Amino acid sequence: MNVVVNGRAFELADGATAAVAVQVLTSAPSGVAVAVNGEVVRRSAWDSTPLADGDQVEVLTAVQGG
Amino acid sequence: MDDPLVIAGEKFASRLIMGTGGAPSMDVLDRALSASGTEITTVAMRRVAPGSGHSVLDLLAGRGIRVLPNTAGCHTAADAVRTAELAREALGTRWLKLEVIADERTLLPDPVELLDAADLLVARGFTVLPYTSDDPVLARRLEQAGCAAVMPLGAPIGSGLGVRNPHNIELIVEEAGVPVILDAGIGTASDAAIAMELGCDAVLLATSVTRARDPEQMAGAMRHAVSAGRMARLAGRVPARRYASASSPPASGEPQSG
Repeated sequence: MNVVVNGRAFELADGATAAVAVQVLTSAPSGVAVAVNGEVVRRSAWDSTPLADGDQVEVLTAVQGG
Repeated sequence: MDDPLVIAGEKFASRLIMGTGGAPSMDVLDRALSASGTEITTVAMRRVAPGSGHSVLDLLAGRGIRVLPNTAGCHTAADAVRTAELAREALGTRWLKLEVIADERTLLPDPVELLDAADLLVARGFTVLPYTSDDPVLARRLEQAGCAAVMPLGAPIGSGLGVRNPHNIELIVEEAGVPVILDAGIGTASDAAIAMELGCDAVLLATSVTRARDPEQMAGAMRHAVSAGRMARLAGRVPARRYASASSPPASGEPQSG
Protein backbone atom coordinates (compact mmCIF):
# COMPACT_ATOMS: atom_id res chain seq x y z
CA MET A 1 0.00 0.00 0.00
CA ASN A 2 1.05 3.58 -0.51
CA VAL A 3 1.13 6.05 2.36
CA VAL A 4 2.48 9.56 2.61
CA VAL A 5 4.90 10.12 5.49
CA ASN A 6 5.93 13.72 6.12
CA GLY A 7 4.94 14.63 2.60
CA ARG A 8 6.86 11.81 0.86
CA ALA A 9 5.25 8.75 -0.71
CA PHE A 10 6.30 5.37 0.69
CA GLU A 11 5.24 1.87 -0.28
CA LEU A 12 4.71 -0.19 2.86
CA ALA A 13 3.62 -3.77 3.34
CA ASP A 14 -0.09 -4.31 3.82
CA GLY A 15 -0.91 -4.21 7.51
CA ALA A 16 2.01 -1.92 8.32
CA THR A 17 1.42 0.06 11.48
CA ALA A 18 2.13 3.60 12.59
CA ALA A 19 5.32 2.24 14.19
CA VAL A 20 6.54 1.14 10.75
CA ALA A 21 5.94 4.62 9.36
CA VAL A 22 8.10 6.06 12.13
CA GLN A 23 10.85 3.53 11.41
CA VAL A 24 11.16 4.64 7.79
CA LEU A 25 12.32 8.02 9.13
CA THR A 26 14.18 7.35 12.33
CA SER A 27 15.43 4.50 14.45
CA ALA A 28 15.51 6.65 17.60
CA PRO A 29 11.92 7.73 18.15
CA SER A 30 12.25 9.36 21.56
CA GLY A 31 10.74 12.83 21.54
CA VAL A 32 8.64 11.97 18.50
CA ALA A 33 4.88 12.23 17.98
CA VAL A 34 2.73 10.77 15.22
CA ALA A 35 -0.54 11.89 13.65
CA VAL A 36 -2.42 9.80 11.10
CA ASN A 37 -4.80 11.82 8.97
CA GLY A 38 -4.59 14.65 11.49
CA GLU A 39 -5.32 12.54 14.58
CA VAL A 40 -2.60 12.05 17.18
CA VAL A 41 -1.73 8.39 17.75
CA ARG A 42 -0.37 7.80 21.26
CA ARG A 43 3.02 6.15 21.42
CA SER A 44 1.49 3.18 23.26
CA ALA A 45 -0.80 2.62 20.25
CA TRP A 46 1.79 2.84 17.44
CA ASP A 47 2.17 -0.96 17.22
CA SER A 48 -1.55 -1.57 17.21
CA THR A 49 -2.59 1.13 14.75
CA PRO A 50 -2.67 -0.28 11.20
CA LEU A 51 -2.30 2.14 8.32
CA ALA A 52 -4.52 2.13 5.25
CA ASP A 53 -3.74 2.89 1.63
CA GLY A 54 -3.59 6.67 1.12
CA ASP A 55 -3.06 7.54 4.77
CA GLN A 56 -1.29 10.78 5.53
CA VAL A 57 1.20 10.32 8.36
CA GLU A 58 3.00 13.15 10.11
CA VAL A 59 5.99 12.37 12.31
CA LEU A 60 7.14 15.36 14.33
CA THR A 61 9.86 16.13 16.80
CA ALA A 62 11.33 19.14 18.59
CA VAL A 63 13.79 21.33 16.71
CA GLN A 64 15.53 24.58 17.53
CA GLY A 65 13.05 27.43 17.54
CA GLY A 66 11.22 30.16 19.37
CA MET B 1 15.71 30.77 46.04
CA ASP B 2 15.23 34.29 47.42
CA ASP B 3 13.05 35.69 44.67
CA PRO B 4 11.79 32.85 42.51
CA LEU B 5 9.79 33.16 39.33
CA VAL B 6 6.63 31.12 39.91
CA ILE B 7 4.68 29.84 36.92
CA ALA B 8 1.73 27.50 37.50
CA GLY B 9 3.04 26.70 40.96
CA GLU B 10 6.55 25.82 39.80
CA LYS B 11 9.54 27.85 40.94
CA PHE B 12 12.51 28.97 38.90
CA ALA B 13 15.60 30.84 40.07
CA SER B 14 16.27 32.31 36.63
CA ARG B 15 14.00 34.96 35.13
CA LEU B 16 15.51 34.56 31.68
CA ILE B 17 13.79 32.14 29.32
CA MET B 18 15.75 31.32 26.18
CA GLY B 19 14.61 30.32 22.75
CA THR B 20 16.84 28.02 20.74
CA GLY B 21 16.16 29.35 17.23
CA GLY B 22 18.91 30.87 15.14
CA ALA B 23 22.01 29.40 16.78
CA PRO B 24 24.73 28.60 14.24
CA SER B 25 25.50 25.21 15.83
CA MET B 26 24.52 22.95 18.70
CA ASP B 27 27.85 23.64 20.35
CA VAL B 28 27.33 27.41 20.28
CA LEU B 29 23.77 26.93 21.55
CA ASP B 30 24.95 24.73 24.37
CA ARG B 31 27.49 27.29 25.57
CA ALA B 32 24.98 30.14 25.24
CA LEU B 33 22.37 28.26 27.26
CA SER B 34 24.91 27.57 29.94
CA ALA B 35 26.02 31.20 30.10
CA SER B 36 22.41 32.42 30.22
CA GLY B 37 21.57 30.42 33.33
CA THR B 38 18.15 29.70 31.85
CA GLU B 39 15.98 26.92 33.29
CA ILE B 40 13.27 27.00 30.61
CA THR B 41 13.92 26.87 26.87
CA THR B 42 11.56 26.89 23.91
CA VAL B 43 11.63 24.49 20.97
CA ALA B 44 9.51 24.22 17.82
CA MET B 45 7.76 21.13 16.47
CA ARG B 46 8.70 20.09 12.94
CA ARG B 47 8.73 17.02 10.73
CA VAL B 48 11.40 14.45 11.52
CA ALA B 49 14.02 14.55 8.77
CA PRO B 50 15.19 11.14 7.59
CA GLY B 51 18.37 10.15 9.38
CA SER B 52 18.34 13.24 11.60
CA GLY B 53 21.12 13.31 14.11
CA HIS B 54 21.86 15.03 17.41
CA SER B 55 18.71 16.57 18.78
CA VAL B 56 18.20 19.79 20.67
CA LEU B 57 16.29 17.65 23.18
CA ASP B 58 19.43 15.68 24.07
CA LEU B 59 21.22 18.95 24.71
CA LEU B 60 18.46 20.30 26.97
CA ALA B 61 18.10 17.02 28.84
CA GLY B 62 21.86 17.02 29.45
CA ARG B 63 21.62 20.44 31.08
CA GLY B 64 18.43 19.72 33.02
CA ILE B 65 16.58 22.54 31.24
CA ARG B 66 12.78 22.37 31.03
CA VAL B 67 11.51 22.12 27.46
CA LEU B 68 8.77 24.54 26.47
CA PRO B 69 7.36 23.57 23.07
CA ASN B 70 5.86 26.35 20.97
CA THR B 71 3.27 26.44 18.23
CA ALA B 72 5.37 28.60 15.92
CA GLY B 73 4.08 28.61 12.36
CA CYS B 74 0.43 28.10 13.34
CA HIS B 75 -2.06 30.57 11.88
CA THR B 76 -5.35 29.30 13.32
CA ALA B 77 -6.62 27.99 16.63
CA ALA B 78 -7.15 24.57 15.02
CA ASP B 79 -3.51 24.48 13.83
CA ALA B 80 -2.32 25.42 17.28
CA VAL B 81 -4.37 22.77 19.04
CA ARG B 82 -3.09 20.08 16.67
CA THR B 83 0.53 21.13 17.16
CA ALA B 84 0.02 21.37 20.92
CA GLU B 85 -1.34 17.82 21.10
CA LEU B 86 1.65 16.54 19.11
CA ALA B 87 4.05 18.45 21.35
CA ARG B 88 2.47 17.05 24.50
CA GLU B 89 2.70 13.54 23.08
CA ALA B 90 6.28 13.93 21.83
CA LEU B 91 7.75 15.72 24.82
CA GLY B 92 5.58 14.58 27.70
CA THR B 93 4.86 18.12 28.91
CA ARG B 94 1.58 19.99 29.30
CA TRP B 95 3.39 23.32 29.16
CA LEU B 96 3.02 25.23 25.93
CA LYS B 97 4.15 28.51 24.47
CA LEU B 98 1.10 29.37 22.41
CA GLU B 99 1.82 31.30 19.22
CA VAL B 100 -0.83 32.02 16.62
CA ILE B 101 0.63 34.25 13.97
CA ALA B 102 -1.37 36.55 11.68
CA ASP B 103 1.06 36.90 8.78
CA GLU B 104 4.66 36.23 7.86
CA ARG B 105 5.66 39.83 7.29
CA THR B 106 4.99 41.06 10.83
CA LEU B 107 4.70 37.75 12.71
CA LEU B 108 2.26 39.59 14.96
CA PRO B 109 -0.21 37.49 16.96
CA ASP B 110 -3.72 37.04 15.56
CA PRO B 111 -5.68 38.08 18.65
CA VAL B 112 -8.95 36.39 17.71
CA GLU B 113 -7.40 33.02 16.91
CA LEU B 114 -5.06 33.34 19.90
CA LEU B 115 -7.87 33.74 22.40
CA ASP B 116 -9.84 30.91 20.79
CA ALA B 117 -6.80 28.66 20.98
CA ALA B 118 -6.16 29.59 24.61
CA ASP B 119 -9.73 28.65 25.55
CA LEU B 120 -9.48 25.30 23.76
CA LEU B 121 -6.06 24.41 25.16
CA VAL B 122 -6.86 25.33 28.76
CA ALA B 123 -9.94 23.08 28.46
CA ARG B 124 -7.67 20.27 27.25
CA GLY B 125 -5.46 20.58 30.31
CA PHE B 126 -2.52 22.51 28.89
CA THR B 127 -0.51 25.03 30.90
CA VAL B 128 -0.74 27.83 28.37
CA LEU B 129 1.83 30.64 28.06
CA PRO B 130 0.55 32.80 25.20
CA TYR B 131 2.71 35.06 23.06
CA THR B 132 0.48 38.10 22.69
CA SER B 133 0.49 41.65 21.45
CA ASP B 134 1.08 44.42 23.99
CA ASP B 135 -2.66 45.03 24.37
CA PRO B 136 -3.68 45.21 28.05
CA VAL B 137 -7.24 44.16 27.25
CA LEU B 138 -6.17 41.07 25.36
CA ALA B 139 -3.76 40.20 28.17
CA ARG B 140 -6.65 40.42 30.61
CA ARG B 141 -8.80 38.19 28.42
CA LEU B 142 -6.03 35.61 28.15
CA GLU B 143 -5.63 35.55 31.92
CA GLN B 144 -9.39 35.17 32.32
CA ALA B 145 -9.24 32.24 29.88
CA GLY B 146 -6.97 30.47 32.35
CA CYS B 147 -3.51 31.09 30.90
CA ALA B 148 -0.64 30.51 33.33
CA ALA B 149 1.20 33.65 32.19
CA VAL B 150 0.90 36.35 29.57
CA MET B 151 3.78 37.04 27.20
CA PRO B 152 3.42 40.42 25.50
CA LEU B 153 5.84 41.36 22.76
CA GLY B 154 8.26 44.23 23.18
CA ALA B 155 8.53 44.51 19.38
CA PRO B 156 8.07 42.11 16.45
CA ILE B 157 9.88 38.76 16.62
CA GLY B 158 13.51 39.02 15.58
CA SER B 159 13.34 42.81 15.13
CA GLY B 160 15.62 43.72 18.02
CA LEU B 161 13.68 46.98 18.41
CA GLY B 162 13.39 46.70 22.18
CA VAL B 163 10.31 47.61 24.21
CA ARG B 164 8.37 49.89 21.84
CA ASN B 165 5.40 50.58 24.08
CA PRO B 166 6.56 50.65 27.68
CA HIS B 167 3.31 52.32 28.73
CA ASN B 168 1.25 49.32 27.61
CA ILE B 169 3.67 46.88 29.24
CA GLU B 170 3.24 48.81 32.52
CA LEU B 171 -0.54 48.65 32.17
CA ILE B 172 -0.38 44.88 31.63
CA VAL B 173 1.91 44.47 34.64
CA GLU B 174 -0.33 46.60 36.89
CA GLU B 175 -3.33 44.44 36.25
CA ALA B 176 -1.95 40.94 35.75
CA GLY B 177 -2.49 38.27 38.37
CA VAL B 178 -0.24 35.84 36.47
CA PRO B 179 3.42 36.32 35.50
CA VAL B 180 4.11 38.78 32.70
CA ILE B 181 6.93 37.60 30.46
CA LEU B 182 8.27 40.07 27.90
CA ASP B 183 8.56 37.98 24.75
CA ALA B 184 10.12 39.13 21.48
CA GLY B 185 11.85 42.29 20.35
CA ILE B 186 14.81 42.30 22.71
CA GLY B 187 17.89 43.56 20.87
CA THR B 188 20.50 43.97 23.54
CA ALA B 189 21.02 43.80 27.28
CA SER B 190 19.55 47.23 28.11
CA ASP B 191 16.25 46.19 26.48
CA ALA B 192 16.01 43.20 28.82
CA ALA B 193 16.82 45.39 31.81
CA ILE B 194 14.11 47.89 30.79
CA ALA B 195 11.53 45.11 30.52
CA MET B 196 12.33 43.98 34.05
CA GLU B 197 12.38 47.57 35.38
CA LEU B 198 8.87 48.00 33.96
CA GLY B 199 7.81 45.15 36.24
CA CYS B 200 7.85 42.14 33.96
CA ASP B 201 8.43 38.90 35.84
CA ALA B 202 10.71 37.41 33.20
CA VAL B 203 12.09 37.91 29.70
CA LEU B 204 11.98 35.44 26.82
CA LEU B 205 14.50 35.99 24.04
CA ALA B 206 16.34 34.07 21.36
CA THR B 207 17.56 36.05 18.37
CA SER B 208 19.43 38.68 20.37
CA VAL B 209 21.62 35.92 21.77
CA THR B 210 21.74 33.28 19.07
CA ARG B 211 22.50 35.75 16.27
CA ALA B 212 24.86 37.96 18.27
CA ARG B 213 28.46 37.99 17.10
CA ASP B 214 29.34 36.14 20.31
CA PRO B 215 26.23 34.30 21.54
CA GLU B 216 27.86 32.99 24.70
CA GLN B 217 28.96 36.44 25.81
CA MET B 218 25.59 37.99 24.95
CA ALA B 219 23.83 35.23 26.92
CA GLY B 220 25.88 36.22 29.94
CA ALA B 221 25.01 39.87 29.33
CA MET B 222 21.30 39.02 29.22
CA ARG B 223 21.56 37.03 32.42
CA HIS B 224 23.03 40.02 34.24
CA ALA B 225 20.64 42.49 32.58
CA VAL B 226 17.57 40.54 33.66
CA SER B 227 18.94 40.22 37.15
CA ALA B 228 19.88 43.92 37.30
CA GLY B 229 16.50 45.02 35.99
CA ARG B 230 14.73 42.86 38.54
CA MET B 231 16.81 44.26 41.40
CA ALA B 232 16.17 47.83 40.22
CA ARG B 233 12.44 47.14 40.06
CA LEU B 234 12.42 45.76 43.59
CA ALA B 235 14.64 48.58 44.86
CA GLY B 236 12.33 51.30 43.49
CA ARG B 237 13.76 53.91 41.18
CA VAL B 238 13.82 57.62 42.04
CA PRO B 239 11.28 59.77 40.25
CA ALA B 240 12.52 61.35 37.04
CA ARG B 241 12.64 65.16 37.33
CA ARG B 242 13.13 68.03 34.93
CA TYR B 243 15.72 69.95 36.92
CA ALA B 244 18.73 69.19 39.05
CA SER B 245 18.55 68.08 42.64
CA ALA B 246 21.91 68.43 44.38
CA SER B 247 23.33 65.22 45.75
CA SER B 248 25.94 67.00 47.89
CA PRO B 249 25.10 69.31 50.79
CA PRO B 250 25.06 73.03 49.87
CA ALA B 251 28.45 74.82 50.04
CA SER B 252 27.46 77.36 52.67
CA GLY B 253 29.48 78.89 55.55
CA GLU B 254 33.03 78.11 56.54
CA PRO B 255 34.98 75.27 55.02
CA GLN B 256 35.39 72.51 57.56
CA SER B 257 38.71 72.67 59.34
CA GLY B 258 40.67 69.51 59.29
